[in-house]
Amino acid sequence: MSTALPQSIEDTLALLNSAGYVADRSLATTLFLALKMGRPLFLEGEVGVGKTEIAKVLSASLGRRLVRLQCYEGLDVSSAVYEWNYSRQMIEIRLAEAAGEINRDKLSTDIFAKEFLIERPLLQALRADDQGPPVLLIDELDRTDEPFEAYLLEILSDYQISIPEIGTIKAAQPPIVIITSNRTREIHDALKRRCLYHWVDYPSAERELKIVAAKLPGINSQLSNELVAFVQRLRQQDLFKLPGVAETLDWADSLTQLDKVALDGDAIDNTLGALLKYQDDIAKIRGSEAALLLEQVKSEVSELEAMSR
Amino acid sequence: MSSSATTPNISTVDNEGRMAENILYFARLLRSAGIPVGPGRVLDAITAVKIMGIGQREDFYWCMFSLFVNREDQRELFDQAFHIFWRNPRMMERMMSAMLPTIRVEREQELEGMTRRLADAMGKSDLAGIEPQSDEEIEFDTSFTYSSQEVLQQIDFETMSVEELSQAKRAIARLRLPIMEVPTRRFQRSATGRRVDMRASLLATLRASDSIPLKFKRPQRRHPPLLILCDISGSMNRYSRMFLHFMHAISNDRDRIQAFVFGTRLSNITRHLRHRDVDVALDKVAESVNDWSGGTRIGACLKEFNNRWSRRVLGQGAITLIISDGLDRDNAQGLSQQMERLTKSTRRLIWLNPLLRYEKFEPRAKGIKAMLPYVDDFRSSHNLQSLIDLSEVLSQQQPRRNQHLSKEIA
Repeated sequence: MSTALPQSIEDTLALLNSAGYVADRSLATTLFLALKMGRPLFLEGEVGVGKTEIAKVLSASLGRRLVRLQCYEGLDVSSAVYEWNYSRQMIEIRLAEAAGEINRDKLSTDIFAKEFLIERPLLQALRADDQGPPVLLIDELDRTDEPFEAYLLEILSDYQISIPEIGTIKAAQPPIVIITSNRTREIHDALKRRCLYHWVDYPSAERELKIVAAKLPGINSQLSNELVAFVQRLRQQDLFKLPGVAETLDWADSLTQLDKVALDGDAIDNTLGALLKYQDDIAKIRGSEAALLLEQVKSEVSELEAMSR
Repeated sequence: MSSSATTPNISTVDNEGRMAENILYFARLLRSAGIPVGPGRVLDAITAVKIMGIGQREDFYWCMFSLFVNREDQRELFDQAFHIFWRNPRMMERMMSAMLPTIRVEREQELEGMTRRLADAMGKSDLAGIEPQSDEEIEFDTSFTYSSQEVLQQIDFETMSVEELSQAKRAIARLRLPIMEVPTRRFQRSATGRRVDMRASLLATLRASDSIPLKFKRPQRRHPPLLILCDISGSMNRYSRMFLHFMHAISNDRDRIQAFVFGTRLSNITRHLRHRDVDVALDKVAESVNDWSGGTRIGACLKEFNNRWSRRVLGQGAITLIISDGLDRDNAQGLSQQMERLTKSTRRLIWLNPLLRYEKFEPRAKGIKAMLPYVDDFRSSHNLQSLIDLSEVLSQQQPRRNQHLSKEIA
C-alpha cells in the first residue's frame, strides 16, 4: 500500500504523527520542502534524538521500501553500490570452457551480465517498485571518509550510477533520500549544498512527554511527568554526553520494569546507567546532585498538577 | 582606458617584446608576493594579450586575472598587485603607446594601503625604487632572531615583512611533515599485495589463454587526521606567530588537519587557515580570536574541547599535537582529568613545549606536572630545528600504547 506524498506542512506533520513520530513544525516544514523539491534531507544532531527514526517512519507511513546504507570507515563501492558475483562468474567460465566455448568476447558479455551483479543499497535505491521510489537512508555519513562523500555527490546530483562493464543505470524516479550525521566529522559543504539541512534538537518537555506516551503507552503518568522533567533538567547540566530521547525511553522502560510509579533517589541512582553512558558523568550526578534535581522536579511536577486542577 | 582609441598598433616586434617583458615582470611580482605563477601561464598570458589586443583596462584586468589567479583567496592580492603595477591611466597610456622601456613606479604615498608583502615584493624587484618602509622597530631577541613585534599586545599581521616571512617559509618548506600512514579499509591494485583482486582477475581471465591469472590488491594507506591545539597566551607570545605559520603551512599542505588556538578560551581556526594566502589567513585568525596574549586556562579550554569538539574532530585515529608551555593560570584545576580524556580519544598525544629548550628544565609548574603523565611524546619546540625534528615522531609508526603498557606491566 502506498500513500501519496503530503501536499502541505500540516499533511506532513499529520503523516509523521500518524506513524507515531512526534515531530515539531520545523522538521515537518523541512521534510515537506525536501519531498516537494526532490532534494535530499540532511539531518544532523546529537546521538539518540531520532534522526534515523524519521526515515523509518517515512518509509512506513508512505508505504515505500526502505533502503538503508549504514556508513562506516572504509565503505567502498563493492559494499555500497554493487559487486560482481565472482564465484558464479568463475563457474560460468569453467562451464564455457568445458563446453568448448572459445569466443572470448561473447564470454565477456556473458559473465558481466546483470544476472551476475550483486546490487548493494545505493543501486537498489535507484530501482522503483510498485509502491514508487524507495526511501534511501544514508545513515551516519560522518563515519565514512571523504572519498566516499565525493562519490555520493555524483550519485545525489543526477541519481545515476555507471558500471563500466554494463553502462549507466539511471533512476526513473529519484528516491527519497535521507542523510544523517552525528557530526563526528564535518561533512563537506559541497554535499550539504545539495541537501536541505535540518538540525534535530533535543525535544521540549511537552514533546518529550508525548514521545514517551506514544512509545510506552502503559506508563504511569506521574512517573512519566517526573522522569521527563528530570531528563530535561539533566540536559542543563555540564555533562560530557547529554542523554538523548533514546536514553529517556530506555530509562522510562527500565523504571517501568522495576514497577516504579514515581521517581525516588534510590531508583535514580540504580538506573542512571540507562541515561548516562560515561563514568565521569554518572559519578557527577549520582547521589547528592541527583537528589537536588529530584527535589526540583518534584516541586515542579506538583505545581503543574496543582495548576491543571 | 579612455585613450584606447589612440592605441597604436602594438604588434610590431619591438613593442610586443616590451609588452611581453612587462607581463613577465608582472608575473614575477605576483610570484614574489605569493601567487604561484608558472612560466607556462606567462606564455599563455602573452599569447592572450596578443589575441585580445589592448583595449579596455578592464578587459586586460580580467584577462590577466583569468590566467594568473586560480583560487578565490588570491583575488585580493592580485587586485592590489594589478593596480599598483599597471598603475593609473597615465601608466596604462604610456604602456599602450609602448614608450616605456621599463616600468618605473615612483615612490608614493599610495603605497601606504598596500600589503606589506606586496610592498616588499615591489621593493625587491628591479622595476621599482620603493624601499620597504621600516618604521616599526625591529627588536632582536637573544633567544630567537625574530622581530619581536609580538611583545606588543596588538599583533599586526599585516606588517609582516617578506624577510621574516621568507625565513619562516623556507623553514616551513623543510617542514613538510611526513605524517605516518596507516592502512585503511580501502584497497588498491598491487602486484605485491596479498589479497586477490577478484574483479581484476576475472577481467584478465578473459584475455588469458587458459588459466586464471591472479591479480592482487593491498590496503591503501593514508595519514590519520592531525589535530593541533596551540596556546596563544602571553607566556607563549614569542612563539605563537611562528606556530600559526606552521599551522597554516601544514593546513595547506594536506587534508584532514584541524587547528585550534586557546588562551582563556578555545577557538577553532581550521577554516581560516585553509586560505592559501598566509596574510589573509592570519588576518582572519586575528579577527576571530580575541584572547591573544592573555592568561591561560588550559584545563577549561581542554574541557571545552573535549565536550564540544573531540567527538567531531578526533575520529578515524587522529594524532594530537599540543603546543603549550603548560603554565596555567588556573593552577591546573581539572587539567589532569581533561588530559586523560583527551589522551584516551586520540592515537598519539604529542606535546611541544618551548620551555624545554632550557637545559635545566624541570617539570615543576603544576600545569606541566598535571599534563605530563598523559602525553606520548614530550618535545621541545623553540626553534626551527625542533620543529624539523618533529617529523621524526610523526613519520614513524610508533609502538602502540597498549604494547607499551603491557611491557610496563611485564
